[in-house]
Amino acid sequence: MTDKTMPAVGLETVGMTKIFGSLVALEDASIRVAPGTMHALLGENGAGKSTLVKCIMGFYQPTRGKIIVDGVEEIVRNPRDAMKLKLGMVYQHFTLVPSLTAAENLVISRPDCPSIVNWTAELANLEAFLDRMPFKVPLRTPVSSLSAGEKQKLEILKQLYLDRRFLILDEPTSVLTPGEADEILGLLRDMTRAGELTILMITHKFREVNAYCDEVSVLRRGKYVGSGKVSDLTTDEMAHMMIGDTKLRERSARVEQGADRTVLELSALFASDDEGLPAIASVDLKVKAGEIVGIAGVSGNGQSELVEVLSGQRDLDDGRIFINGQPFEPTRQHMDKFKVFGLPEEPLKNATAPRLSVAENMAMRSFDKPPISQNGWWLSPRPMKAKARELIAQYRVKTPGPDTPIQNLSGGNVQRAVLARELSGDVEVLIVANPCFGLDFASVADIRAQIIEQRNSGAAVLLVSEDLDEILELSDRVAVMSEGHITYVSPIGETDRNTIGHAMAGGH
Amino acid sequence: MAVTELGWTGVPLAMFAGAIRVSTPFLFVSLGECLTEKSGRVNLGLEGTLVFGAMSAYAIAYLTGSPWLGVLVAGIAGSCFGAIHGFISKLPKVNDVALGIALMMFGTGSAFFLGKSFIQPQAPHLPSIDFGFWTSIPQLKVALQINPLFFVGLAIAIAMSWMFRTTRIGLIVRMTGDSSATALAMGYSVDRVRLLATTVGGFLAGVGGSFLSLYYPGAWNEGLSSGQGLMAVALVIFARWSPMMCFWAALLFGAAGAIGPALQSIGISQGYHFFNAAPYILTLVIMIVSISPKRSLRGAPGELSITR
Repeated sequence: MTDKTMPAVGLETVGMTKIFGSLVALEDASIRVAPGTMHALLGENGAGKSTLVKCIMGFYQPTRGKIIVDGVEEIVRNPRDAMKLKLGMVYQHFTLVPSLTAAENLVISRPDCPSIVNWTAELANLEAFLDRMPFKVPLRTPVSSLSAGEKQKLEILKQLYLDRRFLILDEPTSVLTPGEADEILGLLRDMTRAGELTILMITHKFREVNAYCDEVSVLRRGKYVGSGKVSDLTTDEMAHMMIGDTKLRERSARVEQGADRTVLELSALFASDDEGLPAIASVDLKVKAGEIVGIAGVSGNGQSELVEVLSGQRDLDDGRIFINGQPFEPTRQHMDKFKVFGLPEEPLKNATAPRLSVAENMAMRSFDKPPISQNGWWLSPRPMKAKARELIAQYRVKTPGPDTPIQNLSGGNVQRAVLARELSGDVEVLIVANPCFGLDFASVADIRAQIIEQRNSGAAVLLVSEDLDEILELSDRVAVMSEGHITYVSPIGETDRNTIGHAMAGGH
Repeated sequence: MAVTELGWTGVPLAMFAGAIRVSTPFLFVSLGECLTEKSGRVNLGLEGTLVFGAMSAYAIAYLTGSPWLGVLVAGIAGSCFGAIHGFISKLPKVNDVALGIALMMFGTGSAFFLGKSFIQPQAPHLPSIDFGFWTSIPQLKVALQINPLFFVGLAIAIAMSWMFRTTRIGLIVRMTGDSSATALAMGYSVDRVRLLATTVGGFLAGVGGSFLSLYYPGAWNEGLSSGQGLMAVALVIFARWSPMMCFWAALLFGAAGAIGPALQSIGISQGYHFFNAAPYILTLVIMIVSISPKRSLRGAPGELSITR
């Protein structure tokens, strides 16, 4: 394939294998991405997707295997080599410099950035460049004040500005509203159709694969499973390739709750973000006993601040929280009295002391009570460890022992340890934020089952999640948060993905 | 008496003159710290650099008879301190704040040790430019005796603003300070950028020190700096990491420092020590006003260990 009538670059990997010590991260992956196509790379966490693309981009040296770019075998020793071959990558986290403007970010990213920048000329060039591009971003605004969608567009624009013609996108839509995702993917597909660009997109979202991609390759546990045209495959077939023989989860079994008792009531909550700007405004919400209320929304619309308020990490500017009709302050005493528990996002950061042991972390709700504490001040390690061993066994936490520092555990096991601490007692109110972020299939199933179990035994559960599928699977009622307001509330049976997506994008 | 001729109008005039005189070391140290912090490091050692700069400038001026050579040597000594900070900070597990405090003590300590013999002798002073040739009012004449280093500082502030906006080096420094991952991904050595920024920052602080011993107050002794290097760090935060704001903030601090002497010059000596403490009180007030538990500092470089 050496005909270069189109600028898009094609790429092929042959028998890519990467071994780290004793771990085979990637084995014999051969994928072929034709120029001018949009190709999806599917796989679960840990399936080897990022290892594969890092080998392509020259961050890793493959143990075996070849890279063929436009029909010619190439050796990519480092990211610079990849740049020369017009390969580019847009990472999941943004790599823009927040305090620099969009224009400054673009100009400094150029290898031939002049030592003195003539802004009049550069801005004129950039305007001209943007006129040729389907995306628009404000050039003179600092990146920190751009929306997530604009940042994502700017990341892609940066690659195009640097004349990369083969783009790897790592879960490009995870921070976008469904509307923004459709806009960006649609425009990118148009560019690939026109032969301007080739795209390899890492994603979990079958909807996007079906709607935008031409071909798909699937990895499972480091092995290449197969590939094919999207038009020839059903979602079920792709899911099956991705997760093997494990079944896709159904909506979990739930006990109908007769009780109609409001437990948690948020009344006109206001709070500010780290910059002192309003983050949540007049949030009203009621959660009944035995009910899961899911809060959907694009990240950064006030959900984290709401969870921080409820867990006492952020001060309220105004408003009140009631539990069973009584005013609630998020203090240790009140949490204990009202049986309020929580699984915040990033549990290692928000719910543990990373260097303390698993046993100590598991005792954080109970160390000041008998049997661990005696006479109100003496801490006895024996009952603490005994309790920890019990919880480790019951919640299947994989740890070398109760004395291991909790930061040495894997993400899923930290989450399980926190879950064990929070759910082992009587739970009246449970506040959960992105509980399954970055976890593997087995852990996800486990943790979701635990949440449902709490609901079934009568707890009021507030679930904040950026994963719409998780909300749809777990919630009894859905609320949508947009720009700090609750803009939409509906029982799960009376709504659908599109309506929620529309509300997430700010439409009412 | 000539001093009281102007009466109360003499106070703002004396404060203006004082502001320009007192602000110059603040200006140099804060510009140095601004550059260092923009690259993502905090160098608290600049107090030590300032004192060492003052001592070395005085010593060289005394030994060679050339105050400008003293300024240059102070700058070079300052860059050595900066380079030491930059070099040690890039070693693994070194905390730049703790290292800065260590270097502050090292700088002041070694300056006191080496400077013992220079406390008595008189070194030549830096000349000043006379802008008061047109007036016969003595206070105004004195107030308009301005040291060229003040204008050099102003020029550096303007040049730094321009550099951060329109040069590749400036953009690279800002990028390193705000997102080292991005800088690394683009192939720049974060450690080298920071080493150079800290070294140049040290040079400026050293020059600031030379002003203290060679112009105002104009002698070398151990109580010379009285914490101005540390106040300059607070000043950078107050100035929101902008070189031009550093200039105005330095003037403000200078004016605050000049209140006491200005009031004394018209015969008010009541509360003299209180007014002399004005810069320190101002520092405290600024810290309290600019820090809030509810929000992080706007404009702070993302990689700074104190704001992260």
